[in-house]
Amino acid sequence: MSELAKKPSAAGIEEQANYEKLANVIDLYSGKEGCLIQVLHAAQEIFGYLPYEVQKYVADNMGFSVSYVSSVSSFYSFFSTTPRTKHEVRVCLGTACYVKGGKLLIEKLQELLGIGVGEATADNVFSIHVTRCVGACGLAPVVVVDDEVFKQVKPGDIAGILEQYRGK
Amino acid sequence: MRVNDVKDLKAIADGYIAEQGKYEHTIYVCGGGGCISSKCQDTKDFVNSYIKELGLTDKVNVVFTGCMGTCAMGPVVLVEPERVYYVHVTPERAKEIIDRQIVNGEIIEEYTFFDKNLGKHIPHIDDIPFFAEQVQIVLNKCGKIPFDSIEAYISKGGFTAAAKAFGMTQQQIIDEITASGLRGRGGAGFPTGIKWSAGMKAQGDRKCIVCNADEGDPGAFMDRSAIEGDPFCLIEGMMIGGYAIGAHNGYVYCRAEYPVAVERFNKALDIAREWGLLGKNILGSGFDFDIELRIGAGAFVCGEETALMNSIQGERGEPRQKPPFPFESGLFGCPTIINNVETYYNIAEIINRGADWFAQYGVGKSKGTKVFALAGDVVNTGIVEVPMGMSLRKLIFEIGGGITNGMKFKAAQMGGPSGGCITEKNLDTSVDYESLTALGAIMGSGGLIVMGENTCMVDTARFFMQFIQDESCGKCTPCRIGTKRMLEILERITRGKGTLEDLDTLEELSHVIKDTAMCGLGQTAPNPVLSTLANFRDEYVAHIVDKTCPAHVCSALAHYYIVPEKCKGCTLCARNCPAQCISGKVKEPHVIDQDKCIKCGSCMANCKFGAIIKK
Repeated sequence: MSELAKKPSAAGIEEQANYEKLANVIDLYSGKEGCLIQVLHAAQEIFGYLPYEVQKYVADNMGFSVSYVSSVSSFYSFFSTTPRTKHEVRVCLGTACYVKGGKLLIEKLQELLGIGVGEATADNVFSIHVTRCVGACGLAPVVVVDDEVFKQVKPGDIAGILEQYRGK
Repeated sequence: MRVNDVKDLKAIADGYIAEQGKYEHTIYVCGGGGCISSKCQDTKDFVNSYIKELGLTDKVNVVFTGCMGTCAMGPVVLVEPERVYYVHVTPERAKEIIDRQIVNGEIIEEYTFFDKNLGKHIPHIDDIPFFAEQVQIVLNKCGKIPFDSIEAYISKGGFTAAAKAFGMTQQQIIDEITASGLRGRGGAGFPTGIKWSAGMKAQGDRKCIVCNADEGDPGAFMDRSAIEGDPFCLIEGMMIGGYAIGAHNGYVYCRAEYPVAVERFNKALDIAREWGLLGKNILGSGFDFDIELRIGAGAFVCGEETALMNSIQGERGEPRQKPPFPFESGLFGCPTIINNVETYYNIAEIINRGADWFAQYGVGKSKGTKVFALAGDVVNTGIVEVPMGMSLRKLIFEIGGGITNGMKFKAAQMGGPSGGCITEKNLDTSVDYESLTALGAIMGSGGLIVMGENTCMVDTARFFMQFIQDESCGKCTPCRIGTKRMLEILERITRGKGTLEDLDTLEELSHVIKDTAMCGLGQTAPNPVLSTLANFRDEYVAHIVDKTCPAHVCSALAHYYIVPEKCKGCTLCARNCPAQCISGKVKEPHVIDQDKCIKCGSCMANCKFGAIIKK
């Protein structure tokens, strides 16, 4: 393992392992220019999100200030500083999906889950997000749950889709 | 294995073709983005195992390809040598196809492509208008070969263009590209040869060549299909570009929303390196070249070239002031040439077949073909490639199969949030850069959203402005604040609270933003508003003066009514109405109190007799 891995002392065993993985990633990119975004992608993959501690770790080990890392991570919509829910429901509101009724799907989801866009259910199982085009315009409107794309969705299909994931 | 020269390429191609020739049948299963969402993986796995079960592995070849084009009909399957094109091929249908066609030689017509215009099934792919009217240069291998096989790519002439280019001077390559008339396919249409010439002449110890694969326009998925279906062609195009301008470093910037493209392109890079087709001394030319893939993180502005370079550098994706232009000082401060994915896919064919061959397609100053992503209210949604100069009418009504559900055509939106719309009266316009710009639309990167009569154009303009507001990076004031004000006005109008003066303000703001915003995103942001104002001013006026939405989309302006003749008095609507504004006795027609109605539409959704209408 690289000497980079100066773990915060309070970290638990699982977290320590995560920091080791992150150290390896930083090591891997050490010879290449401008890799901060690629490292943040990997960090989010490992930790699930980018809390302050992780951003600080990246900053310290890549020679940036924390404020700089934060300025980059906060610019991009893919990076999140809050923990993810178990399942993320993304409704596409690209042009094709919008024209084909994507807005109605959001309304239905909000009604069924009782939360707004960008919010999480109390049990932390579902959150609703809007995404701008996943490139499945031929199948509009689409809903993406985690990595799975559901095509030509009607408001009446939403309850069934959620049910598939509730127990998972 | 390492490929050292053209002879090696030839040997690999011959070997692959001989290998393929041993099979009696080939089953191509589409693995494009649309078909993946339709679970084509299951179909492919089933076909593989069933062929094995029948002991036919020596006779039947199963190939997993990139996008074949008809994305709404997935999973699709093509059976060779008969060239029968099957749609919606579930594992159950696949079993029947294998049992009946592969084993017994019978074509199952009811599972083949259905042409709605002709009202019949068309079994043979070459007879289907959707395919027959296309000219494929960019997509000539996409959907026809396994996307992960470099031998298959080489068997189609892959890397012979690179080999030929290495025998030419830099100037000769640039002359050929210039003579072909190829223009940037990202939307703006800048001549590629002139751009490369500037790159070649730029002074610097190190130069970079970049591919913009940040296909951010909502409604566009051409680049995604090309990369997922034929990744090696992008490598070859960039390699030739790199050689022409003198760059040894290539970067592909792909958006994070395309994980499949990222995975397949990364794999293609590894394979190319393994075979010596990236790295040092490629094909014995003495030319060194490699490509790195960088992934975006969800910011539309990164499709703008200077913002994209900042993002590759790991920084905030804010645009840079021009000049200096990228060819002077771009990525990491080096002279940089940046082209769109589709542009690179034309390069190998131009080098191999010559500028004259390429220029035979197209019209006026727009040569070659353009790939479009057809979506919206059109029958055949998917990816098509047509020669420039084709009329929009032919593109939408013949290839696209017309409008869904028998609706009337209203508009075609081209160029996404930077573009505009084309209406019925201009449907015979030729699809080329100049003609579209003259109409206030743009070629754009190729997203073509067809809108039927149930689309509200004011709401569409509001939708694009909302998108721009979400995606504006905030660096310059006109874009950050100007688009916010425009959005507020548009929202007001869609709620029935607008005034006619608002329309003048919208136009004025549009012109100020176009003139003063820093980058292309802001400068083109008002286009959808200007275009809808020019073509559909009456719809804006209807929202403002009559307080109605002619397309019944804007919910604040909608009114729900119960048709007494159809209402059975079942009380379902009244029981589901959250505002409790529906009254009536059991088995008698009900009435909606318009003053209390919150226009949620739940009555309409619940009515089993179609008795509730929206006006």
